[in-house]
Amino acid sequence: MLTWFYSYMRRCDLEQFSQQIVNGISLGSIYALVALGYTMVYGIIKLINFAHGDVYMVGAYVGFAVTTFAGIGFIPALITSMAACAILGMTIEKVAYKPLRNSTRIAVLITAIGVSLLLEYGMMYFVGAQVRSYPKLLSEEVLTIGSVIIKMQQIYIVITVLVLMVILQYVVKRTKVGKAMRAVSADKDAAQLMGIKIDNTISFTFAIGSALAGAGGVLVGIYYNSIDPLMGTMPGLKAFVAAVFGGIGSIPGAMIGGLSIGMLETFVAGYGSSKLRDAAVFAFLIFVLLLKPSGLLGRDTKEKV
Amino acid sequence: MKVLNKKNILTLIIILIIYAIVQVLLTNGIISSFYEITIATICINIILAVSLNLVTGFTGQFSLGHAGFMSIGAYAGALVNMEMNSNMGFLAGIAAGAVAALIVGILIGIPTLRLKGDYLAIATLGMAEIIRVLFLNMDDITNGAAGLFGIPRFTNWTWLYIFTVLTLIMIDNFIKSSQGRACISIREDEIAAESMGINTTKYKVMAFAVGAFFAGIAGALYSSYFYFINPTMFGFQKSIDILVIVVFGGLGSITGSVIAAIVLAVITTILQSYSELRMIIYALLLISIMLFRPQGLLGTKEITDFFKFGNKSAKVE
Amino acid sequence: MKKKKFLSLLTLLLVMSLIAGCGNGGAKIDDSSNNTEDGIKIGINYELTGGVASYGQSSVDGIMMAFDEINAAGGIDGKQIIPVKIDNKSEASEATSVATRLMTQEGVVLSLGPATSGNFMATIPVAQQNKIPILSSSSTADNGVTTDADGNVYDYAFRLCFNDSFQGVTMANFALNNLEAKKAVIIKDTSSDYGKGLAENFKAAFEGAGGEVVAEEGYVKGDKDFNPVLTSIRGKEFDVIFVPGYYDEAGLIIKQARDLEIDAPILGADGFDSPVLLELAGQAALNDVYFSNHYSSLDKDPLVLDFIAAYEKKYDVEPNAFNALGYDLGKWAADAVKRAGSSDPAKITEALAATKGFQGVTGTFDMDEKHNPVKSAVVIGLENGAQATSIKVDPK
Repeated sequence: MLTWFYSYMRRCDLEQFSQQIVNGISLGSIYALVALGYTMVYGIIKLINFAHGDVYMVGAYVGFAVTTFAGIGFIPALITSMAACAILGMTIEKVAYKPLRNSTRIAVLITAIGVSLLLEYGMMYFVGAQVRSYPKLLSEEVLTIGSVIIKMQQIYIVITVLVLMVILQYVVKRTKVGKAMRAVSADKDAAQLMGIKIDNTISFTFAIGSALAGAGGVLVGIYYNSIDPLMGTMPGLKAFVAAVFGGIGSIPGAMIGGLSIGMLETFVAGYGSSKLRDAAVFAFLIFVLLLKPSGLLGRDTKEKV
Repeated sequence: MKVLNKKNILTLIIILIIYAIVQVLLTNGIISSFYEITIATICINIILAVSLNLVTGFTGQFSLGHAGFMSIGAYAGALVNMEMNSNMGFLAGIAAGAVAALIVGILIGIPTLRLKGDYLAIATLGMAEIIRVLFLNMDDITNGAAGLFGIPRFTNWTWLYIFTVLTLIMIDNFIKSSQGRACISIREDEIAAESMGINTTKYKVMAFAVGAFFAGIAGALYSSYFYFINPTMFGFQKSIDILVIVVFGGLGSITGSVIAAIVLAVITTILQSYSELRMIIYALLLISIMLFRPQGLLGTKEITDFFKFGNKSAKVE
Repeated sequence: MKKKKFLSLLTLLLVMSLIAGCGNGGAKIDDSSNNTEDGIKIGINYELTGGVASYGQSSVDGIMMAFDEINAAGGIDGKQIIPVKIDNKSEASEATSVATRLMTQEGVVLSLGPATSGNFMATIPVAQQNKIPILSSSSTADNGVTTDADGNVYDYAFRLCFNDSFQGVTMANFALNNLEAKKAVIIKDTSSDYGKGLAENFKAAFEGAGGEVVAEEGYVKGDKDFNPVLTSIRGKEFDVIFVPGYYDEAGLIIKQARDLEIDAPILGADGFDSPVLLELAGQAALNDVYFSNHYSSLDKDPLVLDFIAAYEKKYDVEPNAFNALGYDLGKWAADAVKRAGSSDPAKITEALAATKGFQGVTGTFDMDEKHNPVKSAVVIGLENGAQATSIKVDPK
């Protein structure tokens, strides 16, 4: 990997390369945020929450609504959106996933697809298909190092993502709820026998994961300045690839995975062919699933008979 | 076992009667050209649903990329059809489409069918997306986003019916054969099947490839009916449409898929003026089926279970 | 218990659909009168949901405004227009189905739409079979829309908008002559025939006159992050960037390009024409942006000014190219019916083909023998987010 990087640096324009790294990091940190939600939910109930990408989209719209119509600023909008998405996530879990906790995996997956479609087309029905743009919330300044341009917004995004991740690590490693989450993740039945309230723990997991997705939505709305009801599909799938690559069930893995996928996509689009950027991510997924499905930091689970 | 036993003759008569009735209604204009489109959609969807059911319902392999095979069939079929512009060309196109889809099915199946459940679903989704992106960018062959237009229309009720009936018979026979039983055992308990000496990979790929084959046929029929195809038509949304039919009818019931295809086509036609709601209704349908009746309309029962003709159904007790 | 719940839910859904469907005789239509003798039924077959719903919805907004105006003024020779609007869900097969329904069940005398070339092409065989004319306001593909693969014109297909070749060539010439460009970069929308057709024509014209296309990149509808592509071309030498595509992505491309300090002029076509472009790109970025369009807001033409004012009054937002084209389509359809003097589709078709000097908001035109309009375009230059210059380009 490193030698490949070095040879590229020598062959190509170093400044262009550095700029692409900056691009990759911005894109990747957003994927990381969304991937965290996937990985946490999968870790705890072994479900690929297909609707996760759409929670991210709802977050973007909530942020849009409160900043445009209530005129509030960045941090309040972020918190509102996170809260709204947390509630949405918990509701979805209670209504659609909880009743199926003992059903086949296919059944839950199909339901998740149904929820995803409901969110997408429901939103389209209410707000229309047109793209919307956010009002100016964060500074538009740029930082120029050499000829590499870094926007202040990109820095804000990375900082926000890092802060959220640190908070998350604290919650998971240091709080009682976090411990409960880890326990349910490791062995659901044993955890229940130890007196841990499964339902609440799962709800809490969904809440956190969805809140993070909502934050991602607001950040994307500000950074790219364009939201539409179908904006969650592709990023959702790519964030899933990130979660798988990093090791599904592992929180640091999601962060690494997110950045990696962001980099991959950026470099394929920048140095390869921009038309194949989406296909490249999927091809990478298949590659990972075939070689090491547990990902970089994930655990190898043996299937018991 | 005699081929010309009582049951088969009766089935044949019913098949011919249905064909004749619809053909007469069409020729006399009692079924207008508008409803003919509905019938064509139903037939194509039956082929798609039954072939997906083979993979997902009977073999238990969750495939979200069925539309990808349909698109291969559609493009291959359209290109051959446009080149030859005759009934022979049309049939050659269907053959080409089916075989192309079959080959791709085997190629995709061998590596990905090692995956299970959710991972397989996403991998098949990814494969279909890759196919779509490739078609979008192969401008010289597929004309990219502009699509192929002016595809000669040879698909009519006769051909649709022939291929639909053929599909139903062939897949039903496959299910009832020893290969089919192997597939069902994989769905029931893959590890047990493996330990009983069944080469699970072989049968999974077989089911997958057969499903792809028929999806290819459906795609070729589709392209020769609707004059125009482009890569966007065969995206994730299409795969979902087919999945809804299979789930609604029952994962593991061929009759269920047939009934579901008819019912959903009728609903779609009625709701033509309310299409904003159509996807929402589909979504609610998916969710409520899974919550309240995950086995769909018919579960794993077939129509023969209701008329005891003495032939065992495909259920494994 | 579960079974009961499901069955009741299912019954509810089915009953809901049946009620919705049967309520209005199977179609949600603006049906003020069922008596076709007192009205002229015009079909509207557009993408109201699905991937390209925004283009279809915008077109229909324009059409309905035109129809409302005409009906308010007494209709066509006293007869009210009865629009029959059905959504084709952005799907070609659905477009065929809708067209069949409009022509065989609803008895329309002519039909408008669909918006995209592909979907329009899927309805041509239906129109030819039923001998009912179809008109498009935004199907720009050079081949297949009004002429078949051999170049023979379809009797019943007409369009109001420019071909891709016209706009592509116009912008190539503008780049070569007005901006003295020798090298160009193309960033095209690979997911639409519009982007593909424009790119092909621009490239052919640009290279044909000695220019060089140094890079050709692509994106798909829905993409939001263009930084990798823009960063990669930043290192190259070029004079202009051509972005054949629609405003939702173009606005972002312009903004991100300017943020990366790419100051070269950015060119486009009528897909740029929308207030959303300014929303997405921001004032500061919309500098040195040129695009071909049907009219300019700098136009002093009272017809254009009246349209813009009326549109803003009705819909509370500035009109974009789709709205304007839709409006003209509605007006043109009515005009043809009036000239035909009857609701016989054959006579209306003749009238359409014989159009001379029709004055629309998007230009004055004659219909040529290939059922394309012969009209001028304007190349608009944007400075600081507003239209600053406009140059008229006549058709050859």
